[in-house]
Amino acid sequence: MEIKKGIAVSPGISIAKSLIIDSEDYRIPRRPIKPSQRMTESQRARNAFKDAIAELIRLESAQDQTKGGKIKDIFAVHLRFLHDRSLRKKVTDFIHSDLVTAEYAVSTIMREIASHFAKVKDAYISERAADIYDIERRLLRQLLDKKRKNLKHLTKEVVVVARELSPTQTAGFDRKFVKGIASDAGGRTSHAAIVARSLGIPAVVALEDLTEYISVGDTVIVDGNRGIVIVNPDEQTIRQYEEYSKEFTDLGHRLDAIRQKPAVTRDGIEITLLGNIEFPNEAEIVLEKGGAGIGLYRTEFLYLNTDSEPTEQDHYEAYAETVRVFADKPVVIRTLDLGADKYTQSRRFAPEPNPFLGLRSIRFCLQNLTLFKKQLRAILRVSVLGQVKIMFPLITNRQELMQAKMILRDVMEDLDDESIPYNRDIPIGIMVETPSAALTAYSLAMDVDFFSIGTNDLTQYTLAVDRGNESVSMLYSTVDPAVLRLIRNVIQDAHKAQIDLSVCGEMASEPEYIMLLMGMGVRTISIASPMIPEIKQIIRSVTMEYCNNVARKVLGMDSERQISAYLRNAARKILPEAF
Amino acid sequence: MQADEDTLENVVYEAELEIKNAEGLHMRPAMQFVDIANRFDSEINVSNGDTDVDGKSIMNISMLAATCGTKLKIRAKGPDAQEAIKALRELVEEKHFNEPTPKR
Repeated sequence: MEIKKGIAVSPGISIAKSLIIDSEDYRIPRRPIKPSQRMTESQRARNAFKDAIAELIRLESAQDQTKGGKIKDIFAVHLRFLHDRSLRKKVTDFIHSDLVTAEYAVSTIMREIASHFAKVKDAYISERAADIYDIERRLLRQLLDKKRKNLKHLTKEVVVVARELSPTQTAGFDRKFVKGIASDAGGRTSHAAIVARSLGIPAVVALEDLTEYISVGDTVIVDGNRGIVIVNPDEQTIRQYEEYSKEFTDLGHRLDAIRQKPAVTRDGIEITLLGNIEFPNEAEIVLEKGGAGIGLYRTEFLYLNTDSEPTEQDHYEAYAETVRVFADKPVVIRTLDLGADKYTQSRRFAPEPNPFLGLRSIRFCLQNLTLFKKQLRAILRVSVLGQVKIMFPLITNRQELMQAKMILRDVMEDLDDESIPYNRDIPIGIMVETPSAALTAYSLAMDVDFFSIGTNDLTQYTLAVDRGNESVSMLYSTVDPAVLRLIRNVIQDAHKAQIDLSVCGEMASEPEYIMLLMGMGVRTISIASPMIPEIKQIIRSVTMEYCNNVARKVLGMDSERQISAYLRNAARKILPEAF
Repeated sequence: MQADEDTLENVVYEAELEIKNAEGLHMRPAMQFVDIANRFDSEINVSNGDTDVDGKSIMNISMLAATCGTKLKIRAKGPDAQEAIKALRELVEEKHFNEPTPKR
């Protein structure tokens, strides 16, 4: 039994078999297998060779002989290697003798060979070490891709264990089978954490080296409350955790009971509680938990799931599916917010040095009008099915906003020409998530119907901190006085211009911060669905007067630490059992 | 060329071949060697004095890193051993892997 400590990022307890996802970008850990698994692993290795050969043959034949002559030669060499029986035998022998996984065997043997090559005096041959690494990656990809595909066809309950999880990998997660997430890397706002929270499954991240301790078939307990993961727990521990799990589920049920009740403070002020979703299938969960609509529909999933660009119809069907679930309740669709990830980076011939500040999100869309217009058309077409609003992300100045609006108008004209119906008065809003937008909110407010404050990115840009970078993530805080000042500014400007305002960043789903936001004037929030009952509970337990006091006190403080401590105490008084 | 007879099936033929092309037994020649060796049913072994390797394995042959002038002992065992040796000699010493020999 091995107990590992990490950061708790999504509450709950789950006990299940592990499903390990390795990445060819990182060292493959040595993972032992049972003697009975020898045959399976050897066969996996042999299949990887076979599939890598097939892949290479396809790639080789696709090369133009004149231009690709050199490449064809390289492929020819690689093919010989993959066909080499003694190489394959080395790998399968290693699996048999050392009882390790196919990935580890491939990686170890190939690296051994590569280092032999590298030592040879002849430069031509020593350079071939690079070819060996290339072949290693190709084989590993075959092995790992199959595992990744299996994620979409799960039949048993599992806890997913990985070094870290990318949006593409989590795209197919079905909460019926994926019961928990544990990762070596990551922090409170890493992708794994966000996905876990929106699926309502326990997750622990920043475990550092969990993937080295885990073996194929190990049972794992994920304690998302205390931030602990236990590998191969003993009987006693399992029983203990089954107890905890039951207690926690009971608490959940008690909170769910307030689903039907309105989100109204004790002194009668109503708060509109909406849900954030990343995938259409989460829409139902929002309703289940008592959300009054969707405040943030992230549309990036359409680009991360497939290898080819989604068509307008793909967009339309995804949005329609969600809008129909909500009928008369609002659904705010955010246009593409991709950037600094596989999709936008792979289309460039040199990766951006600073993708976070680069061609992402709305900027990417404004420079890729065909792609942008497809999405806009789909959103407009869907607007007749319900109460749809459109939101542009990462707007930094008025010019960008006017450009986006102009393109939307162009698309409207096209639809008019084609006699396709849409809501001409579709509300248009922006995410206020950059310091420039926050500081000029008064001006932006004149040209939009609503603001939504994206506290995650606003905090990152304001404090100049990458929330995903473990070495500085402790500097990230949404209640830093600077950030609060900007948020207050936006709220006041929205109020003056009499436009709607909501907060959709994770700050709104933190029990400790919700009173502060309310006291600052926020009346609409959009959060990850599992948190809806708990936040509603807090809203129903406070008075707006109390919240106003909290806000007043906090806005007079100038130390983040002081503010955090004060808010934690204030929240504990209201909902002691959540702490 | 020498021939030993174990049995009728396991005829063994040996030869010593000198690498004549300027760049020696690098990737492309190694590939050609291995391709030809694999055409035959016989077992083919290659030795450079220090190590003895399977002549049908690209991995093994390229590890030999035989430079120009190196003499390799080729040993073929099987029903078509003689043809194998003949083909390999042609490739190494007569065609020199279709590559240039060193200029004097």
